[in-house]
Amino acid sequence: MSFLSFAWDWLKQPQQWHGPDGIPIRILEQLGYTALSLVIAALIAIPVGILIGHTGRGALFAVNLANAGRAIPTLGLLVLLAVTLGFSPLAWLVPLVLLAIPPILVNAYEGVAGVDPGLKDAARGMGMTPWQQIRKVEVPVAMPLIVLGLRTGAIFVVATATIAAYIGLGGLGRYIIDGLATENYGEVAGGAALVVVLALAVQAFFTGVRRLAVPAGVRQQGRPS
Amino acid sequence: MDWSAVPTYIWESAYLGIVPALLGLVISVPLGIACVRWKWLYPPVLSGASVLYALPSLALFIVLIPYTGLTDTTVIIPLTLFSLCVLVPNVVDGLRSVPEDVRQAATAMGFGALRRLAQVELPIAVPVVIAGLRVAVVSSISLASVGQLIGVSSLGYLIIDGYQRDFVTEILIGGGLIIALALVCDVLLVLLRRALTPWRPRRGRRERAQILIGDPAVAAQAGGAG
Repeated sequence: MSFLSFAWDWLKQPQQWHGPDGIPIRILEQLGYTALSLVIAALIAIPVGILIGHTGRGALFAVNLANAGRAIPTLGLLVLLAVTLGFSPLAWLVPLVLLAIPPILVNAYEGVAGVDPGLKDAARGMGMTPWQQIRKVEVPVAMPLIVLGLRTGAIFVVATATIAAYIGLGGLGRYIIDGLATENYGEVAGGAALVVVLALAVQAFFTGVRRLAVPAGVRQQGRPS
Repeated sequence: MDWSAVPTYIWESAYLGIVPALLGLVISVPLGIACVRWKWLYPPVLSGASVLYALPSLALFIVLIPYTGLTDTTVIIPLTLFSLCVLVPNVVDGLRSVPEDVRQAATAMGFGALRRLAQVELPIAVPVVIAGLRVAVVSSISLASVGQLIGVSSLGYLIIDGYQRDFVTEILIGGGLIIALALVCDVLLVLLRRALTPWRPRRGRRERAQILIGDPAVAAQAGGAG
């Protein structure tokens, strides 16, 4: 039997779609964790990234952060906080936020730092204050990379929230972890299929955000993604 | 706690980290060359790689279980696919970084397209390609530990076992060894790049800074959790 037939056999059972551990609730949980972590991470990372990009100070820090973020094993961080903090929401929120910060911060930094110096000079020459330069010139031009950073952060968070089911978090990962524990491959496959669909939907969402958030004049220069 | 198995876990983590990056390289080099040769190919290839990259590792492991079982292959295939998201753009950027006059000089010296690729263009692309390889290896090593959830052994064992016993030291050692292993592989790749590109200045400040902090160009790229 193939993966899809396992997944389909489980997904088509009506009882999976109702109740407090039904699929709609699990999807909402997963989206909730993702949105909450991403918003907190963005509130921290975007201003810091823009500031580093604008002033040029702390660029080494930004690059280091991205490299360090890659080496940290997600599973280890989740488990470590679960053991030390117990059943606190911080045990999953802290790792999800920490993982989303590096890609968002570094892309915001790269975006602002990469603004054409001639453009910055022109903005200053027109008499714009530093705040106006950031808001009217640098951020709009950096928007493709800022959105790219958010998308990468969201991808990390969706994937890690799935793994966080292992330390007791709700969401779609529950089906995978519970199914593995009870050796019910149908449930595992159904959960994995839903996670894949959700991950693709999140990515499609950010492609849409990119269309809306990136000014028309900047769009043509953005790199393909 | 039996520590005698730790060297085996280190070996398993190294294997699950390095093999996907190498397989990714074997796929990316011809694919990147094709993308440089036929420009229309690059956008769809890049989109395909970034879609694959968005899929959570745990879900991909589960998808593969009916076909490859609870084996290393089940972990290696998704990690290989993830590595393409970093490696293909780096191969393409590396090849595009070859200056036009260098290319023309090679042609003027009588190099055919294939010989020019092998002896001039690919060697010039090496630094950028290895920068991508470093990202791929480091992320694969840290992601391989997730395979432990489906029973594929690595240093992730220490993390899971530590969790089940509520033993913080074991979790810290498992995580610490994963980070240390990633760092060692990273330094080895920097040394490999130096060996492969002896014409580059060796002891400049830039070079030293790059060893410590990595290439700024790849910092913004994908790679990491998943």
